[in-house]
Amino acid sequence: MASTTQLPLPAPTSAPGPSRTQAASRRRAFRGRPNIGGALGGWFWLAVIILPVYYVVITSLKDQGGFFTTNPLVPPAEPTLDNYQLVLQNDFVRYFANSLIVTVGSVIPGLLVSFMASYAIVRGNGWFISATNKLFLLGLAIPLHATIIPIYWMITRAHMYDTLLALILPSIAFSIPISVLILANFMRDVPNELFESMRLDGCSDWTMMWRLALPMVRPAVVTVGIYNALHVWNGFLFPLILTQSPATRVLPLSLWTFQGEFSVNIPAVLAAVVLATLPLLVLYVVARRQLLSGLTAGFSK
Amino acid sequence: MALTTSSLRRAARTTRTAKSGGAGPSGWLAAPALVFFLVFAVVPLIGVVVLSFTRWDGLGEIKLDGLSSWATVLTDPVTGNALIVTAKIMFFSFIVQAPISLLLGVFTAGGQKYRAALAVLYFVPLLLSSAAVAIAFKALLDPNFGMGPGLGIPALAQDWLGDSDLVLFVVVFVIAWQFVPFHTLIYQGGVRQIPASFYEAAQIDGAGRVKQFFHITLPQLKYTIITSSTLMVVGSLAYFDLIFVLTAGGPGYSTRLLPLHMYLTGFKANDMGAASALGVILVVIGLGLALLLQRLGGTNRNASQLEGA
Repeated sequence: MASTTQLPLPAPTSAPGPSRTQAASRRRAFRGRPNIGGALGGWFWLAVIILPVYYVVITSLKDQGGFFTTNPLVPPAEPTLDNYQLVLQNDFVRYFANSLIVTVGSVIPGLLVSFMASYAIVRGNGWFISATNKLFLLGLAIPLHATIIPIYWMITRAHMYDTLLALILPSIAFSIPISVLILANFMRDVPNELFESMRLDGCSDWTMMWRLALPMVRPAVVTVGIYNALHVWNGFLFPLILTQSPATRVLPLSLWTFQGEFSVNIPAVLAAVVLATLPLLVLYVVARRQLLSGLTAGFSK
Repeated sequence: MALTTSSLRRAARTTRTAKSGGAGPSGWLAAPALVFFLVFAVVPLIGVVVLSFTRWDGLGEIKLDGLSSWATVLTDPVTGNALIVTAKIMFFSFIVQAPISLLLGVFTAGGQKYRAALAVLYFVPLLLSSAAVAIAFKALLDPNFGMGPGLGIPALAQDWLGDSDLVLFVVVFVIAWQFVPFHTLIYQGGVRQIPASFYEAAQIDGAGRVKQFFHITLPQLKYTIITSSTLMVVGSLAYFDLIFVLTAGGPGYSTRLLPLHMYLTGFKANDMGAASALGVILVVIGLGLALLLQRLGGTNRNASQLEGA
């Protein structure tokens, strides 16, 4: 049985394969003339994207005096890391840890329940599964943020206000519709014959789910995981309404409160922005291909 | 939050096709996800309707109060203003984002090496939280210490966030800065699914680049355009955090759009009943827009080029 699942089958995902690269290079061969307008526009947009990023980074390296006296777009003559030190001294590490707990705590269970649900939706039948699927699809069309007031009521009633669990539970629920949609779309591409042959070998659905479906949709699981992690890590509304004390503060909210505490010390606020973004930047550098190709495939499916 | 035409169609279609072999997995596998979703999405959805008929300050007891919250909300000029601001931001951010994302998507789908390199940097805003983006732009747009004096262009040294005529467009620009990358990614994926043979045939027929764009790329992207537009329009009902940190709805009420108005009514003015009524309005608008856009996309489903792709 184990050998059945480890056959070197082509991945069922429509992730970029050789055919697309070929198509791209063929397209390039055919469009010989350089596209000057396109290139100009492309470089212009790069400037639009990079200028704010550049400004944030160089300003975070200035001391406060330098910020007020030097040209805002010229890098500091004597870059300083004092701002970073100040941010780190102001409980940044705790906020970072809170963000990490909330993100991991909602992404992993969210993926688990969504994966199981998408397996049931793709492989199963009956009114219950069909109704569940329709409900999740409907969930995509509703701006769920409109429900923050009842969520606030439920969380306070359950005595979970100002805990990290208060952020984790709704985050799991809100990630389910899109996760199920993308995972199910990938799972439909797993050839039925593979399931049939495993069934003939006497495997249960539980076994097939873990030994066949999971390995086959692993790229999609990773993509959905990164996508959800991005959302939870950067989430602002739930922390704003469901937490209060510094002990449960997460990074995006800490940026907002730093802004209040440091007020005129703009370089320090921007250093906090850089520090809060750094982990995602590292993740992007490491897993860029996985994230971008997965998102492209997931959304155009 | 996300919603794609072709994926929804796939989702609905395959459910109807019963699996061969009969058995199939038990529905219990879907139960954990269903429970989470029922408790934290469906119950609150019902709750927001119920709470809109009550009076509650967020701490004390909840009292049934008939239609008075609705009366408050519907007669309050700030609500009308919030609806107008929401519609304006929705409209302008669509007008700005859609063409830029489409062109950048086509651009980054090209084979040239430098385009791939640029694309890596284009997607950086995807990583930033709305709070970070708002704080960065607040500093950058400062008339004294921001980009204006930095570049030495007086025209750029405006009080961007303090001028009630300008601020809406600044907000639209910052939203575009943050969300164009995501839509570029969607278009890039769409363009890459167009068979290269289409372009080769057009080339042989002597069609230029502009002609190819209008006669091949654009029609082929029909469903990608609907997907991206739906996400843009419905997504604009969720521009809460960015605007909250950037302008807090001001100056005055000039950027106080519906979600922000709901939050401020509930958690700052402590009128949870009225805020719930605003939440119901938000749900109805979101659902209506999503259904409308899906219908626009669904009328001609046989022509779907993405079907089965």
